[in-house]
Amino acid sequence: MRNLVILGGGTAGTMVANKLQKRLRGHGWTITVVDRDDEHHYQPGYLFVPFGGYTRDQIVRSRHHFVAEGVRLVYDEIDRVSPVDRTVHLGSGRTLSYDFLVIATGTAPRPDQTPGVLGPEWRRSIFDFYTLEGAESLAAAFEEFDHGRLVVHISEMPIKCPVAPLEFTFLVDAWLRRRGIRDRVQLAYVTPLDGAFTRPVASARLGHMLEERKVDLVSDFMVESVDPDRKVLVSYDEREVPFDLLVTVPVNMGADFVARSGLGDELQHVTVDKHTLLHTAHDNIFAVGDASNVPASKAGSVAHFEADVLVRNLLEHVEGRPMTESFDGHANCFVEAGDHKALLIDFNYDTEPLPGTYPLPVVGPLRLLEETHANHLGKLAFRHVYWNVLLPGRPLPLPTHMSMAGKQSPRTPPIEPVDEPNQEPIAQGGTTS
Amino acid sequence: MTTTTIDGRTVHTNDEGFLTDPTEWDEQVAETLAARIGLELTAEHWRAIRFLRTDYAAQGETATLRRISTVGGFPVKTLFQLFPQKPAKKLAYVAGLPKPQGCV
Ligand SMILES: Cc1cc2nc3c(=O)[nH]c(=O)nc-3n(C[C@H](O)[C@H](O)[C@H](O)COP(=O)(O)OP(=O)(O)OC[C@H]3O[C@@H](n4cnc5c(N)ncnc54)[C@H](O)[C@@H]3O)c2cc1C
Repeated sequence: MRNLVILGGGTAGTMVANKLQKRLRGHGWTITVVDRDDEHHYQPGYLFVPFGGYTRDQIVRSRHHFVAEGVRLVYDEIDRVSPVDRTVHLGSGRTLSYDFLVIATGTAPRPDQTPGVLGPEWRRSIFDFYTLEGAESLAAAFEEFDHGRLVVHISEMPIKCPVAPLEFTFLVDAWLRRRGIRDRVQLAYVTPLDGAFTRPVASARLGHMLEERKVDLVSDFMVESVDPDRKVLVSYDEREVPFDLLVTVPVNMGADFVARSGLGDELQHVTVDKHTLLHTAHDNIFAVGDASNVPASKAGSVAHFEADVLVRNLLEHVEGRPMTESFDGHANCFVEAGDHKALLIDFNYDTEPLPGTYPLPVVGPLRLLEETHANHLGKLAFRHVYWNVLLPGRPLPLPTHMSMAGKQSPRTPPIEPVDEPNQEPIAQGGTTS
Repeated sequence: MTTTTIDGRTVHTNDEGFLTDPTEWDEQVAETLAARIGLELTAEHWRAIRFLRTDYAAQGETATLRRISTVGGFPVKTLFQLFPQKPAKKLAYVAGLPKPQGCV
């Protein structure tokens, strides 16, 4: 009997366990999933909670309900992995030995990492929406809030769902307009990035949407601390942003046991090969989902594409065959824009989010990087897809690898068949940034 | 990909002027690149540049600000003083390395 242990029974751990159980059942394997509790949260739902969109029972389900029969579920805190003797040490003192290990413990907001956040103003005027408790207390605060400076803030990249703070800002703007108090609130978006988003075309488009909504963009802002008495954010280069209500996305870090076990980078994300998902130093440890350090978005859709790659690679690897699947960084995210509209972005390691159309079987093509009602319906439908298709490991009609079909490249405009004059590069020799 | 001339030598750069081949870099190139963004390199700048070069050679990726501070031991505050406003980007530029991956 061989043991496969999966650490973390969230989005990625559950999908991988279910897919592997189908393939390995009856082949002499025991699959064990470890998680600290039996509450599976649909995290994308947190975004809507502050606006009264979802309630707790629409977001939280029993973990065991989604894990296939035959998979052993262990509820315990993961304390440490000992790669030399292939053992996982649990908080209760129990140990689990493994032949192969998959780390899927995600990444979590760490408000303790920025001085002043967890002070007297935490959940009074300083909030987060990356936890259900945070989103719920923000909902209560919103009931009272009717004027002042509302600041949405990202502490440091990478964070999970990097578009969520932008979506939150668009939703705040729409919600304030609906209540007729938009002109009594100043909105600011504070980010360590040099624009609204990471990649040029999407950054320009999303930056324009902030402008249209009269949201001040404060960029290149690396927060050093929050002063709870004066209610200001302070950056390392000594700039200050005042707030009445601060919605911060804390530093996101992988689980502490990853650092304790010597398996991760500075943010405790597990260091793996970005194409195979195998650990850079251990031949029997993989990581999948938010827990890994691959330079892709930390998102449920990415975890899904990674799970496909991981399962195929792992099945080959345990047989001693070469791994043939390669993850391309594929991400596919709906971006809520407010007023029942959303954008869709689709990209990978090498190709930034581009405008155009996204071919989708049955439903028909969706517009990329454009606000439409159809995309909003797609976003809402995702919750149903998550519980009923994604987690059980059923196939989604989406390709694992990104496709260029329908996308308009910024360098080669597709619709002009006529002769184009020579395109000069943006920067000439001799110039610099 | 474009090219730029530094001290009579041709080097390869991207649209933003970052060197695309780290082997085309040397200390003279660094001084020239620094001057182009208004920096005069001190011993402290050089310590940070050397860390970034060594770390890149080992990791194959440009270190993030957090890595420069936690692994290299340079306080973030100091990095902002040495390379104002955009320390990670400016440091990579002067060190002749790719812009640190804007995490996606
Ligand atoms: C506000 C918000 C909005 C989002 N919106 C979207 C969206 O629209 N679309 C999208 O695709 N994605 C979205 N995401 C991201 C998505 O939820 C995550 O990328 C996804 O859940 C990652 O799955 P995972 O399995 O890697 O991690 P998780 O699902 O977080 O699972 C990690 C599991 O590990 C367990 N664990 C961790 N440490 C330990 C330990 N020491 N001991 C025991 N158990 C442990 C945890 O209990 C958890 O169950 C959003 C996230 C947030 C916060």
